[in-house]
Amino acid sequence: MVSSQIIRTLLFVSFSAATLSGQGNLIQSVISKTAGKPNLAVVDFRGTGAAQPLMNTFNGTLYSDLETSGLFTMVSKSFYPLQNPQRPEDLKPTSGQGMALADWAGTPVNANWLAFGYNSVQGGQLVLYGYLYDTSQKTAESAQAIGKRYFGSVDEGGARKVAHEFAADIISKFGGGSLIGSHIYFVRETGRVKEIWQMDYDGQNQKALTHSGSLSIMPAVSNDGSKLAYTSFASGTPKLSILSTESGRPLRFYNQEASLNATPSFSPDGATVYYSSSASGLPQIYAANLDGTNFRRVSVSKAIQVEPKVNPKGGVIAFVAGPGHQQIYRMNLEGADVERLTNGEGEASNPSWAPDGRLLLFAWTRGYSTGAFNIFLMDPSTREFDQLTSNAGRNENPSWAPDGRHIVFTSNRSGSFQIYSMLADGTQLQRLTSSGVNRSPVWGK
Amino acid sequence: MRMNRTAGTICLAAALAFGVTACKKKTPITPPSAPITSAANTTDPNAGKLKPAILTFTVEPSSIERGQSATLRWSVSNANAVSIDNGIGEVQGAGTRRITPTESVTYTLTAAGPNGTVSGRTTVNVTGAAPTTNTRTGPTNLTEAVNTMLSDAMFDYDGNTIRADAQQALNKNADALKKIFTDFPTGSVIVEGHCDERGSAEYNLGLGDQRASSAKAYLVQLGVSGDRLKTVSYGKERPQCTEANDDCYQRNRRAHFSAGQ
Repeated sequence: MVSSQIIRTLLFVSFSAATLSGQGNLIQSVISKTAGKPNLAVVDFRGTGAAQPLMNTFNGTLYSDLETSGLFTMVSKSFYPLQNPQRPEDLKPTSGQGMALADWAGTPVNANWLAFGYNSVQGGQLVLYGYLYDTSQKTAESAQAIGKRYFGSVDEGGARKVAHEFAADIISKFGGGSLIGSHIYFVRETGRVKEIWQMDYDGQNQKALTHSGSLSIMPAVSNDGSKLAYTSFASGTPKLSILSTESGRPLRFYNQEASLNATPSFSPDGATVYYSSSASGLPQIYAANLDGTNFRRVSVSKAIQVEPKVNPKGGVIAFVAGPGHQQIYRMNLEGADVERLTNGEGEASNPSWAPDGRLLLFAWTRGYSTGAFNIFLMDPSTREFDQLTSNAGRNENPSWAPDGRHIVFTSNRSGSFQIYSMLADGTQLQRLTSSGVNRSPVWGK
Repeated sequence: MRMNRTAGTICLAAALAFGVTACKKKTPITPPSAPITSAANTTDPNAGKLKPAILTFTVEPSSIERGQSATLRWSVSNANAVSIDNGIGEVQGAGTRRITPTESVTYTLTAAGPNGTVSGRTTVNVTGAAPTTNTRTGPTNLTEAVNTMLSDAMFDYDGNTIRADAQQALNKNADALKKIFTDFPTGSVIVEGHCDERGSAEYNLGLGDQRASSAKAYLVQLGVSGDRLKTVSYGKERPQCTEANDDCYQRNRRAHFSAGQ
């Protein structure tokens, strides 16, 4: 019963909503619009004993994860009944006060789904009892889609953990990918120093990964999230560095002789690093093994080439190149079949492939003054594109989330460059950083 | 004037490193030495009666080739003011001083005490060719030389061609670099490529590399040693101004020169 409802929801999605500009077809192929989304009500969870002070954090995290998934129409709490169930046994066949599923299914709530539960502390652990019920069902037994316990430490971090896990289970029921455990890596600028930092996808737990005291910039994360490659000025000139995201330790990487080895990224299998090197005298695309050995030139051109990004499904490299103003190009892994993807207008940069390899995010000044980048989405097979940001400062370095629905990017719309996430249709914008100046985010598993 | 400015620079550097008290005196720095012996010591009952005496005043070696250095060594007793001429000035009662005279010279040490004055002489002979008129008269360290003698070469937006004003700057820089590399035989100079903030950081890193290598190639063509010119691209990571206007954009589109190792 439950799954059939979800399938109905997914099938009868409206494709009619307008977007910022352009056709919007690409965006709608990624993110469905409001019409057709299930209405979700989420009660304010209560906590017993030591769990009680953590409930603000828990409820905020759960609501934010569900709302920013873009999969639901969140029912305003002002419509909720007076009483909220905390346990399945609280539910009665009839009530009129909120203790019956029908109270949530009917007006003014009109919720299709109800998430409820409670937190307690047992054996020194925070325990979340999380439930998701289909309000259209006659009996509580047939209505239960999720009924599960989640465990965390008795602190804010534990409250966020159980909230993230419960939200991920709900999102998964509706076809959304999990962001649990995913990290966003970015560059924090402090004075003349830039270091690579990481944070959870909701902006929590920010910490420095590099301590170079110099310029550590342009991070890229391997597909499995285990390795980070970046451009380091620690030795004076730009060189590649690779580190383990788990231990934070640098991994050995041999840099070929060149004034510049920069803008690295990983192949989909994580075994090859693609980057730009001036070994020939002009920055061109090179590939090397994970330790820097077996380096080889991929492309041969008379223009500057940077930012090679191999399609996750293989076979194609998107990259940025001149001559003249920078544009997005693609070529095959042998450097042949070079094609320009952007139409020559303005300047384009920062290609980022969707996890399914179909669509390409990038930054483009098309339609704006020099340097005024916005985030765009393109289907390289048709060259059709949509614009995701507008009239909100300079927007750059878009990167797909592992769920293929969210993106992260940097924007100076607040006055300084900070990291933002949003759904690929431009909704559910969240500012993730506020301390220092922050740029160049990449989203890894 | 040149010497004063140099001393001032050293003083400023010392002040930055050690605090302002390091720069109160303008007297030359003297090596550590023994205090002046008993003449000035009023606790010694015989102090007032002894005449100052020069115990040693030598130069080793007494004969050098031009460009080499020698060491003056002295010690006196019963004096409260000791000085050496030829630009050395007041010194402690005993000490050494490294000297690099370009011609033979006789130093006179004068020791004065409450009961008289005494002086002594020592001579160092300098042999070798007459000094050329090209002896170093400029800055005394590589960083100062690079910072004062070399100017930026400016570029057009998204370009790395050496335009007319950049040619003028680089022509002058070529002469200055030849002198710098003569004056600092082990020094190298870094050609930094910089960009304005409008393009992407990644592309600008490549563009800055091309600006630096264009400037280097132009200088090498004018006879500057390429081995001693290193290039680095800072892209738009090290702007010298951050205003969003054409003037600042132009100031950041440059090849800049800094001292290497």
